[in-house]
Amino acid sequence: MAALKNDSISAIVDGKRVIVKKPELLAPAGTLEKLKIAIRYGADAVYIGGQEYGLRSNAGNFTFDDMKEGVAFAQRYGAKVYVTTNIFAHNENIDGLEDYLRGLGEVGIAGIIVADPLIIETCRRVAPNVEVHLSTQQSLSNWRAVQYWKEEGLDRVVLARETTGEEMRLMKEKVDIEIETFIHGAMCIAYSGRCVLSNHMTARDSNRGGCCQSCRWDYNLVEMEDGEETALTTGEDSPFAMSPKDLRLLQSIPGLVELGIDSLKIEGRMKSIHYVATVVGVYRKVIDAYCADPENFTIQPEWLEELEKCANRPAAPAFFEGIPGADEQLFGVHGKKASHDFTGLVVDYDANTQIVTLQQRNFFRPGDTVEFFGPDMDTFTQVVGTVVDEEGNELDAARHPLQIVKFKVERPVSKDDMMRKGL
Amino acid sequence: MTKPELLVTPGSVSEMKRQIEAGADAFVIGEQRYGLRLAGEFSRAQIQEAVTLAHEHGKKVYVAVNAIFHNKIADELDEYVQFVRESGADAIVYGDPAVLMAVRASAPGFPLHWSPETIATNWYTANYWGKRGSVRAVLSRELSMDAIIETKENAEVAIEVQVHGMTCMFQSKRPLLGHYFEYMGKNMEIKKRQGAQNMLLHDEERSNKYPIYEDENGTHIMSPNDMCIIDELQEMIEAGIDSFKIDGVLQTEEYRIASTKLYRTAIDLCVENPDQYEEEKEELLEAAEALQQDHRPLDSGFFFKETVY
Repeated sequence: MAALKNDSISAIVDGKRVIVKKPELLAPAGTLEKLKIAIRYGADAVYIGGQEYGLRSNAGNFTFDDMKEGVAFAQRYGAKVYVTTNIFAHNENIDGLEDYLRGLGEVGIAGIIVADPLIIETCRRVAPNVEVHLSTQQSLSNWRAVQYWKEEGLDRVVLARETTGEEMRLMKEKVDIEIETFIHGAMCIAYSGRCVLSNHMTARDSNRGGCCQSCRWDYNLVEMEDGEETALTTGEDSPFAMSPKDLRLLQSIPGLVELGIDSLKIEGRMKSIHYVATVVGVYRKVIDAYCADPENFTIQPEWLEELEKCANRPAAPAFFEGIPGADEQLFGVHGKKASHDFTGLVVDYDANTQIVTLQQRNFFRPGDTVEFFGPDMDTFTQVVGTVVDEEGNELDAARHPLQIVKFKVERPVSKDDMMRKGL
Repeated sequence: MTKPELLVTPGSVSEMKRQIEAGADAFVIGEQRYGLRLAGEFSRAQIQEAVTLAHEHGKKVYVAVNAIFHNKIADELDEYVQFVRESGADAIVYGDPAVLMAVRASAPGFPLHWSPETIATNWYTANYWGKRGSVRAVLSRELSMDAIIETKENAEVAIEVQVHGMTCMFQSKRPLLGHYFEYMGKNMEIKKRQGAQNMLLHDEERSNKYPIYEDENGTHIMSPNDMCIIDELQEMIEAGIDSFKIDGVLQTEEYRIASTKLYRTAIDLCVENPDQYEEEKEELLEAAEALQQDHRPLDSGFFFKETVY
């Protein structure tokens, strides 16, 4: 993808073009633990949900105290914390909104992600120090609407998932506002905000966090002619489905950087720390590699392999290159297993004895080949030797979730590194 | 008590004549390039004709420019809103702020009806768009009667509520029917069923059938039942709701005319002779039920249904 007309993205340093406007890598953080992992693995910013007004009523949402702790942690790494407050509010949600937003203003978060003008305006009034970002729930997909939100004083807009790279270019050229766009993760197949399947099918309000993902279910297709029904899906056919493949724009990172997109967002506040660590880690590498030397940049096959280790659906570039085809949807079997299991989180390492202390996350046993990876190390594999528990008792296997176990590792590791096992 | 407007969605200019006789007060029309889920396509010449016809009878025409726009069509909006103003139409129905920008630039002061479908859910936001030039808010169909009344009590703009017909549950930019046939290797089916409006998704677990169709705006999935609150108009009329809409998308002309007649009777009775309305409302509901196809029962939408989250 060609650079923007007004190239403020790059500079020549020592005769070599480098990217000076590096986009923010924005990661999901469903819990305090995930927030810390996301930042440790290279996120420049994270987005979290509070107790109210967010769209994941099932996620482990943050109290104000959790947020303070998260903000303090983030600040040590120069990272920012945004809070999703992107429901479309009903009248009954108006009471309490001011107090909630005032509370957000006091915990030190950088910004909120908002869809409803009620929340935009109220935030301005009671928490003016908080940045306001327009949520993807507004389905923002043209430059004139971007211009509208700019004139309304918003600091940043998150685009609709339906926006192509070329459309982003025009928005960037026409309007001077920060643009955030999704680069990875699960997506709505509908325009976000324009789907109330859950309201009808399960009496849960999708635009207030009650989405039950009815779009991932199977249906039979029927044709009605003069009151007579004909099934268009028969026994041998796969049922009608509208489940999209997950978004993966790894190969388009260069294009996004050259377009001057300000923030690259990963979806998934409900995902595990292993997912967050893996995806953030890969995109951190890709963005850094491209920005350091765009002319000699190539996509490394191991980055794509790395993403497969935590992917539970096939992936596709969705709308970035244009309207996605039939091959970007899932029919028949909708998911797949990730290639690896997350087996343990490093909580300590003793350099003298080379013994790692690990919190078990999935079954493993002596003799298994495992892989260690982390933010500040090169990935390595080894065979697990003798494993002991906290009391030093030898184990035939690490069976229990969160059990603390120890064994010898072949290379140094550090706290928050992870261990996984190929399947 | 003021009589609320009875707003309908005709399929053609000739149908409008019949709708006027049946008792409609106002019309939403447009073309799918700019408008969503319309009962019929109205070219510019037809919009012009429709406006002339409606105004001869003291009726109003609102032009739907309520699609979710991408850059390409966003750039055409100035010219289109100028056309709408020159046609003499009474308002533009919109959801995308791009339309607001185009009206400010090219048809300043022209009346706007804010109608973003699923996301018009509280009075504050209705007033927010009011301050930016909208004279009316079309409320989401997913609201309860109590929420609608409370919104009206706090609204600085006119309030429109759908009282009858299908509602949209889902809009995707992707051609989902075409993709399904393509996946099944039935490329013939894509052509054969281009623009087809007779397909349903069968949800066996809930015994529901959801109409599904594709057009320029993507794929639309509609509610399995038609909402009907012909027997529950009193409270809204007393609260001063300004407009009652019958959405006639995917219905036949005969169905649309018949439902307009029923609501004309109901609204007139309810305003002029409330006691008589109380007596006759069950019969009106039965008459509405008699219009339904077997697979599309009537229900009361979200008026009395609790939604959690």
